Amino acid sequence: MSKDIIATIKENVIQGRKTQEDVGIDDSLAGTPGVVELMQQALKKNISPQAIITDGLTAGMQVVGEKFSTKEYFIPDMLASAEAVGAAMDIMKPVLESANVETKGKFAIATVRGDIHDIGKNIVAILVRGSGYEVHDLGVDVPAEKVVEFVREEKPGYLGLSALLTTTMTEMGVVIKALEESKLRNSVKVLIGGAAVSEEFAQEIGADAHCVDAFDAVRVLEGY
Amino acid sequence: MPRKGILVDRPYERLTREQVELIHQASMQILTAPGLISFNREAVDILHSHGAAVESIAGDHQSWQIKIPEQVVLSAMNSAPKTVKLGARNLDNTLIMHGDEPRVYLITGSETNIWLDVDFPTYVNKADPTREIRVPEFKPRRGTVDDLCQSAHVCEHLEMVDGYIRTVNIQDRDITEENKDVNKFFASLNNNTKHFMSGLTSLKQLDNVVRMAELIAGGKKALEDNPIISFITCLVKSPLQFVDDTTDTFIEVCRRGLPIVVSSSPQAGTTAPIKEAGIMAQINAEVLAGITLGQLVKPGTPVLYGSVPVRARMDTLGDSYGSVETSQYNIDCVQMARFYRLPNYSTSGVCDSKIPGQQSSIERLFSDILVTMSGPQFLHCAFGLLDCNSVFCLLQAVLDDAHFKMIEFFLRQPRIDQPELEAMLKQIREVVATPQKLYIGHIRPLLRSGKISGVYPFEGSGEADNVFELAYERMKELLARPVEHIDRETTTRIFEEIPGILPRLNIYESGS
Repeated sequence: MSKDIIATIKENVIQGRKTQEDVGIDDSLAGTPGVVELMQQALKKNISPQAIITDGLTAGMQVVGEKFSTKEYFIPDMLASAEAVGAAMDIMKPVLESANVETKGKFAIATVRGDIHDIGKNIVAILVRGSGYEVHDLGVDVPAEKVVEFVREEKPGYLGLSALLTTTMTEMGVVIKALEESKLRNSVKVLIGGAAVSEEFAQEIGADAHCVDAFDAVRVLEGY
Repeated sequence: MPRKGILVDRPYERLTREQVELIHQASMQILTAPGLISFNREAVDILHSHGAAVESIAGDHQSWQIKIPEQVVLSAMNSAPKTVKLGARNLDNTLIMHGDEPRVYLITGSETNIWLDVDFPTYVNKADPTREIRVPEFKPRRGTVDDLCQSAHVCEHLEMVDGYIRTVNIQDRDITEENKDVNKFFASLNNNTKHFMSGLTSLKQLDNVVRMAELIAGGKKALEDNPIISFITCLVKSPLQFVDDTTDTFIEVCRRGLPIVVSSSPQAGTTAPIKEAGIMAQINAEVLAGITLGQLVKPGTPVLYGSVPVRARMDTLGDSYGSVETSQYNIDCVQMARFYRLPNYSTSGVCDSKIPGQQSSIERLFSDILVTMSGPQFLHCAFGLLDCNSVFCLLQAVLDDAHFKMIEFFLRQPRIDQPELEAMLKQIREVVATPQKLYIGHIRPLLRSGKISGVYPFEGSGEADNVFELAYERMKELLARPVEHIDRETTTRIFEEIPGILPRLNIYESGS
């Protein structure tokens, strides 16, 4: 029975069905429970969270990634699957905490001060969350002090900084400098991304990585 | 079910109704003064017997001045069908053209002498020999019957090609003036199930190609119901002259009741005035004269108003299909044909560029988009033609197919209505209330519905420009796909009854 539910969760992740209202990639599962409903069923039946994560959510996302790389899937498909996994992780969070099961890590993300563009940041947040990380979205136009305060209080292992404009990208350097001054720089890996920034710029301001897109962000995180 | 073509919702028009009527009136005046010169005696007799004034012209070649009264023209126009059906071996490829409906069918053609091969040799960077690139090289050569078979084969599989005009002149050593027609008809019909249109090299072969079509269609009556072939004749040489041999061909095709294009191709600046009003008045007079003759030969002959106006190049006085004015003239002709409610045979896509590349893409897309938007029923020259209609490149035809797919998508009718707007308002309100404010989730139901246009099909990876290589791969893929050849029994009968077809074209006997 538990194998059936986990397999169905995996299939729904592949289809990108968060709830039973979602149609999915085709209508073969229309009207049946989605990932959220299946997670609730699974937890009621005390199915191992580790098994759900490994054989359901992660295995499903792996298939989605393969389909994306062969161009069968598009980014909206990938995001739908990631959102379904993200919703599943939210449901499991209290269970994981009580069972002392660790997530892949805590990832904070923000669009820096002066910049209100958030499409890229939001897509990164969805994909990273769908990859099993605990994501904290600090929002847009976030001042360096607020980022430093969050790092001090919540101790994320990873920090993503986003900027679209050439006029605001320099604020990324300000954040990194503020982390250094607060003696927090070594506690967190800083990833930067956005249309204006480059690998060269990342090195210049002392970031740990430059991510060309959301998938690259996941790849970089998985590499740590 | 006929092919759907591209139905243009609100066709682009350059001329006002008043300007169209002014051109019509000017054409009527041209037909009486100066009238046309005819080098064909039979045309003179036919027109004279219906009221045209005729006067012999002194000179080396026998010719006559013909003045056609407006009433004769208008009466003939009334008998010209306003709907023309072009049949096909595969009935799903039938074309139905209504003169007052801007449904565009995209057709190949015209006949070129040169076939352009493509190869991709590798070049090594002198400064860094580890770096290599493949560069397309185009090699022109004389067209052959094998090329025509290949072209027909690939065009069978090109989604946007609605009908097939032979693309290349067959110049094999064993092709003569006597056997050219039967071979070009058989090679095309045997490798393509769409409508086939062609000119005739020799009038003597007309009955042979019609008989071939009857055998394929299933008999004389079946060919009448499903005219799988049609003809094009340039009976008028600009300015305002009926040519002897093509007029003979035209008259004979009309007598057999098969669909035919009356085509005129004046060159603005040399054989027609360069100013728009002048070339339009003249080409319209030339086409109307041809249509009038055809209707007098056999009232009700299915005819297309054929227009191939082109501007002269100022450096060579050759045709300049890539010039902006050429598109303007063609769009004007579409409007004139619509004024008479006759299906229009128009021209776009031919370019001045000699090989595929940036110039050819810009020139052909410019005219393809604009002329398609004007809503001609039969848009020829649209695939693979280069160097002002003298070169055909199959690779270019594959590229053109992709570009017409984009034009077709662009010309889809917009859906703006109350239920749609209500659904969109609901979506906007829902998404704005979410923390991420992204509409991406709403894309998915449309992703595989065909309602979102695809990326350019020949896009390379990263910064690499692999358009030609990818299109070449596509071309090879289409060539590898089978086509529905004429069946063995019919092929046998064709080879028994029609003389002159090359034995190597019989796929059941030659093993090819």
